[in-house]
Amino acid sequence: MTGFDLTLILPEILLGGGVLVLLLIGVFGGEKATQAVTISTLAFLAAAAVGVLGLPGPATTFDGAFVVDPFARLMKLLVLTGSAIALIMSVSHARRERFERFEYPLLILSATLGMMMMISANDLISLYVGLELQSLSIYVLAAIQRDSVRSTEAGLKYFVLGALASGMLLYGASLIYGFTGQTSFQAIAAAMADGEPGIGLVFGVVFLLAGLAFKVAAVPFHMWTPDVYEGAPTPVTAFLAAAPKIAAMALLARVTMDALAPIGLEWRQIVVFLAIGSMVLGAFAAIGQSNIKRLMAYSSIGHVGYALVGLAAGTQVGLQGVIIYLIIYMAMTLGAFAVILSMRRHNVALENIEDLAGLSRTNPTMAFVLAMIMFSLAGIPPLAGFFGKFFVFMAAIEAGLFVLAVIGVLASVVGAYYYLRIVKVMYFDEPVAAFDRTPSELRAVMLLSGAFTLLFIVFAGPVSQVAQAAAQTFF
Amino acid sequence: MDTGIDPATGVQALFFYLFSGVLLGSGFMVIAARNPVHSVLFLILSFVNAAGLFMLLGAEFLALILIVVYVGAVAVLFLFVVMMLDVDFAALRQGFLTYLPVGSVVAVVLVSELLVVLGGLGFSPTVEVTPNAPAPEPGEVSNTVALGRLLYTRFVYFFQVAGLILLVAMVGAIVLTLRHKEGVKRQSIAAQVARTPATAIEVRRVEPGRGI
Amino acid sequence: MGGFFSTYVLPVIVMAAWSVLLLVILLVFVAFILYGDRKIWAAVQMRRGPNVVGPWGLLQSFADLLKFVFKEPIIPSGANKGVYLLAPLIASGLALAAWAVVPFDVGWVIADINVGILYIFAISSLSVYGIIMGGWASNSKYPFLGALRSAAQMVSYEVSIGFVIITVLLVVGSLNLTDIVLAQGEGIGTSVGLPSSLLDWHWLALLPMFVVFFISALAETNRPPFDLPEAESELVAGFAVEYSSTPFLLFYLGEMVAVVLMCALATILFLGGWLPPLAVAPFTWVPGIVWFVLKVILVFVMFALVKAIVPRYRYDQLMRLGWKVFLPLSLVMVVVVSGFLMATGQA
Repeated sequence: MTGFDLTLILPEILLGGGVLVLLLIGVFGGEKATQAVTISTLAFLAAAAVGVLGLPGPATTFDGAFVVDPFARLMKLLVLTGSAIALIMSVSHARRERFERFEYPLLILSATLGMMMMISANDLISLYVGLELQSLSIYVLAAIQRDSVRSTEAGLKYFVLGALASGMLLYGASLIYGFTGQTSFQAIAAAMADGEPGIGLVFGVVFLLAGLAFKVAAVPFHMWTPDVYEGAPTPVTAFLAAAPKIAAMALLARVTMDALAPIGLEWRQIVVFLAIGSMVLGAFAAIGQSNIKRLMAYSSIGHVGYALVGLAAGTQVGLQGVIIYLIIYMAMTLGAFAVILSMRRHNVALENIEDLAGLSRTNPTMAFVLAMIMFSLAGIPPLAGFFGKFFVFMAAIEAGLFVLAVIGVLASVVGAYYYLRIVKVMYFDEPVAAFDRTPSELRAVMLLSGAFTLLFIVFAGPVSQVAQAAAQTFF
Repeated sequence: MDTGIDPATGVQALFFYLFSGVLLGSGFMVIAARNPVHSVLFLILSFVNAAGLFMLLGAEFLALILIVVYVGAVAVLFLFVVMMLDVDFAALRQGFLTYLPVGSVVAVVLVSELLVVLGGLGFSPTVEVTPNAPAPEPGEVSNTVALGRLLYTRFVYFFQVAGLILLVAMVGAIVLTLRHKEGVKRQSIAAQVARTPATAIEVRRVEPGRGI
Repeated sequence: MGGFFSTYVLPVIVMAAWSVLLLVILLVFVAFILYGDRKIWAAVQMRRGPNVVGPWGLLQSFADLLKFVFKEPIIPSGANKGVYLLAPLIASGLALAAWAVVPFDVGWVIADINVGILYIFAISSLSVYGIIMGGWASNSKYPFLGALRSAAQMVSYEVSIGFVIITVLLVVGSLNLTDIVLAQGEGIGTSVGLPSSLLDWHWLALLPMFVVFFISALAETNRPPFDLPEAESELVAGFAVEYSSTPFLLFYLGEMVAVVLMCALATILFLGGWLPPLAVAPFTWVPGIVWFVLKVILVFVMFALVKAIVPRYRYDQLMRLGWKVFLPLSLVMVVVVSGFLMATGQA
């Protein structure tokens, strides 16, 4: 029997065992166990994070199917943080909207496990199984408020389109396997480096990238995003916007930088196209939105576009930019959703931008935090969002992608309009009644996120160093 | 008479063409049949023939698992649903002709892409194809054993994660559909068995002419 | 040409001859099994049972056969004719096809394939189609309800049968039916120094699984107390309501052949196949086939007694038993058995 190094997947084993144990506790404990399961899920996530920190240096296990390197470590920490915060934010909302069930934290746990596997995937098969574990959990999460028509519709839409995307991804993967005879990323790269890539192989790459683009919601595979973001329960939307996107981007980065490295020219074209489409659509389509969750959906499409700019550069600096962008994006998104989750009046959740009118007078702190986040999302210096954009655009220019950078800057100018509109509604419109009291955990997330966006300039140095170390993995 | 064909391959070829012919024919009938139940039945026929092709390849385990899993379980549920739903496909096909031009354009594009791919493969097999997981020597172990050995050693990670995916799918199905109705009488066999005369019967002395 | 004939044509002819022989013997056996079934049932209810045709009514089944064949086949006008007629053929054909891999003695088997048990499992999972197709094609309420019941029932119990088979396979380490029988030559009995005997067979070592298998086999073949697909009091005759004459005969035949197959399978998996109950002098003189047939009859008598004694299950109870009792039990047994094998180093 071949021995595999199980220490490398210790965090994953922990989470997998957690899923099984908590499932038993939940099934036998019934309704009463929900709180215990939520708390233990957080404990498992924290333990996994500790485990990730303690992982040994670059190494692979399971015959190269699973890789641990600085990039994977950083991304896993991000994903774990995002999942944990999204779970914390959901507790009070779930209770009020009556979908407080033990399966909810459990599915977040399994989705997180899937994401960790995606991040460490170093083989087409592990890519697929990780992705599928994550997606399947999220389909269910999106529909978990099963008595709400919108939630079930969101789940169903996400499921059908997601299954289609998985199909495309598999088709691409099978073409790549057929033309190279390999599933491991390094072996694929080696096989590609041997000769001119045939047209069939390029077809495979296109399909694979299309499948992954669906998972990060890049144009033209973004159709599901607004509907799912709007329909899914808000904490699920927060989770969806934060964690899976990071995992899918990490996976995309690893596939392109590792497996597809020899055909850089081909895949960079595709990524450039995706980036331009996403930035432009994200900027323009968001303008007409009145529902803030839909607005965040388009905003997330746009931000994926900016992150893809860094990837399109295909350089170490570019990847560093992507990583920094993802860190900042996650912090801002979670903060924005903390505010959205606090938008309740008379115990009814509100989702329209008009409901924020005059927030600066009824709740100045929240208004200030949201304003900071919005400025940051728009990319106004010296807030965090500016640095993210700065890094990716610099990388694009260094790589000679001037057109891409120019379009990016123009798109962010257009995008600034709708971010600033929210600020305008909060500060200059006539106030309506105040919101219900904000639960303390939401307030904490809000303040943390606000502080991060405001003070990012102070620790921009260390963050970019960490990102640089992670980006170095592939170069 | 020497035809130049090895009789063994001849017999094999005969069965190959039989299975693949029926497979293609029934595959076509799946989409051509008017009655949805007939479609599913043809689908089952094509599964069985695909299993036959596996048999010819010497992959008897895969062949039989295909039958047990797809024909014996998945297709039964499929048939179940189709029979119960009573889908009227004739009505669904009403707009078929109006979509035909668009559909045929897509089909032509796909076919030409396929040709390009196949042509590319035929004319310039530039990338050297190397088998990823060399199969064990034939005759050394039966292919069931060989599959098991690979599945539980080299591919154990994928195997376990696949199991986890199925578990999540099951949890998902239960979360979304299981409802505990209130006020429904349920049989508790343990409670029934645990009953004794003391808990089940009440002995009363009935006065004559009174009743209870 | 001669080489081609002796390598390809001759074996096919020989195999076909064997198959026909097996078929004839099997069908005659089924006729008497049916007679036995009715006699046992009658005996339990203190009736006489069939006693008119032939000595002690022995030829009753053949009289029934003739009667079925000579009646007019009626096809309901609303029926889906092709599927309606195909269904009984599938039911009986599949039931007979499974016998191809059943070994009656060492080497007494038509096709000694590596994955024999899997083949039987696959064929028996297909047999549900005969019933579903028949029930649906009849275009009538009761048959359809019967078909749905039967489909759900068979799919449910196949799961636990599958796990039972897996435990046996774990112990034997082969999917070949002959190997499974031969592996029962030694076991608990021989490990304490006794000669090879019935104590070595799997029924003792895997007793819970034997019970699960026996009950699941009843459910899988729609035998009482699990004959809900054709429960007379509820569904008249279930999926077979609209059938008459030869098509009905084929359904009935397929069902009985499947029952005998399950008896044979129980014999092979748990009762040592053709092995004598005690491997000492007088018993070893008897040919293996005799032991095999005797064991099959023994299992069938148990089937018949269950039919006569146990009242029919309600449908929810049936499902409950399958999914909530047998499935967990057999799963646990798979874990326990493989754990035991690993611990004792036999894996």
